[in-house]
Amino acid sequence: MINIAFFIIAALTLGSALAAATNPKLMHAALSFAIAFVGVSTLFFWLGAEFVGLVQIFVYIGAVAVLIVFTILLTRREGEQLRGFNWSGVVVALAVFAGLVWSILKSPSMSILPPEVSPLTVKRIGEVLMSDYVWPLMGVGVLLTVALLGALILAMEDKRE
Amino acid sequence: MHFLPPGHDLIASFVSALLNISGVLIVFLTLFAAMSVLERKILGRMQNRYGPNRVGPFGLLQPVADGIKMLIKEDIVPARADKVVHFLAPIIIAAVAMLTLGIIPYGRNMTPLSIDGGILFFFAIGSTTELAVFMAGWGSNNKFSMLGAMRAIAQMVSYELPLIITTLPVVMIVGSLSPDQIVAAQSKYWFVFTPWGLAAFLLFFTSGLVESNRTPFDVPEGESEIVAGHMTEYSGFKYATFFLAEYFGMFAISGLAVTLFLGGWHAPLSILRFVPSYIWFFGKLSILLFVFVWARGTLPRTRVDQVMNFAWKFMLPMAFTCVVSAAVWHYAGRGFFAWIWSLVIIAGVYMTLSILLDTKKKFAPRVYRFAE
Repeated sequence: MINIAFFIIAALTLGSALAAATNPKLMHAALSFAIAFVGVSTLFFWLGAEFVGLVQIFVYIGAVAVLIVFTILLTRREGEQLRGFNWSGVVVALAVFAGLVWSILKSPSMSILPPEVSPLTVKRIGEVLMSDYVWPLMGVGVLLTVALLGALILAMEDKRE
Repeated sequence: MHFLPPGHDLIASFVSALLNISGVLIVFLTLFAAMSVLERKILGRMQNRYGPNRVGPFGLLQPVADGIKMLIKEDIVPARADKVVHFLAPIIIAAVAMLTLGIIPYGRNMTPLSIDGGILFFFAIGSTTELAVFMAGWGSNNKFSMLGAMRAIAQMVSYELPLIITTLPVVMIVGSLSPDQIVAAQSKYWFVFTPWGLAAFLLFFTSGLVESNRTPFDVPEGESEIVAGHMTEYSGFKYATFFLAEYFGMFAISGLAVTLFLGGWHAPLSILRFVPSYIWFFGKLSILLFVFVWARGTLPRTRVDQVMNFAWKFMLPMAFTCVVSAAVWHYAGRGFFAWIWSLVIIAGVYMTLSILLDTKKKFAPRVYRFAE
């Protein structure tokens, strides 16, 4: 049962990711990418990480996918024609994949049984964010504020008169 | 459960899921049919005309006639449209709207999908609507559709911020993202009776009006400017699906507002507890839905720049003020003085904002940057 669920999720995610990488129509590729995000969030749900799964949908489909789609729309439409197949891309992809597999297999977490963790409640996430991870949180806050101000300056009307 | 064959856990969970889904669908499809005719009736009354009165007694069978008409209408797909995207957009929008209805507690022990992060689920699933609206606009390959979709996404992204931030004070005070616990925390008093709660409720409801693209914020489908926005190239049952999604989104946002601020399914007075909880929930829901119709009947459509300015210059600072005010209310002991302090903060920021945003040019013509 569990394996069937995993294989369905994996097939959906990998299939849509592959479609995103190979589809010549940019907009279709972007939408397939959104489906891949759904697949990843389903995987989180299946693993019991409900909060992460919801945030994955929230951030990646609600924000990142919309951003990608807008970027495609607002830039020039010259990406529609097929370009030649790039073998160097395959080499890079294979190297990254091999590196990931190697590091996962070498890591000790494969041989250690996972400790019994209590289900991650929202309250615990809040407490940890406000105690152990308060500085990273502040850092992210400052970064986002800077990005917001930068966007405002870019979009500001320039008064020349 | 002993009468079930082995492996009954699976069957039991499947049947229970099916029961929940069919319950929600039947109730809200009926409510959709009733709402569509009642809205036209109320609007007719407000505009001094009869409204639908031909089909059945008092025109009450109008939704049946509308449904048959929509079903047998020709489904026109533009020749240059992106067929797949054009087809998928209404389905995704309707599915998303139905999913968000799942986390709302409709009565005592009547939550279809009771998960820990229910509120987050609502907004996470709800944010998918933007992509679906974009698909509708882009897939139609029509400039009006595209412009409508751009407008819709711009205003949805802008108003999602105050919508989510105004739920934060409630989440902070309750200490949970689960709708059931939020309702349980309001057994003594509803959050709308605190200063921060009232302000947050008004902001939340206004943002909800924008999110469901209703008048006075239906700029994305302004007929006089861009035909019907992202729905221009849809006809027949696909158009009806958009219509359905709009109403379901309205039910979901109103239901969440009832859950967060109006005490959910709790009775207003303890003496009235003998009335079933779901009657209270749907009573409150119908009042909010009436306000939706009322706003449509009385307010003119806002301009695009007005909508956006309002979001970023007024709604967002006020939403943050609600968070601060709720924190002050909590740390001042939740008593009478806490109430006063909370009110002072909100009133102070409101006054400051209204002075700062007063541009002194009340009825000046709009200045165009790129057009003359």
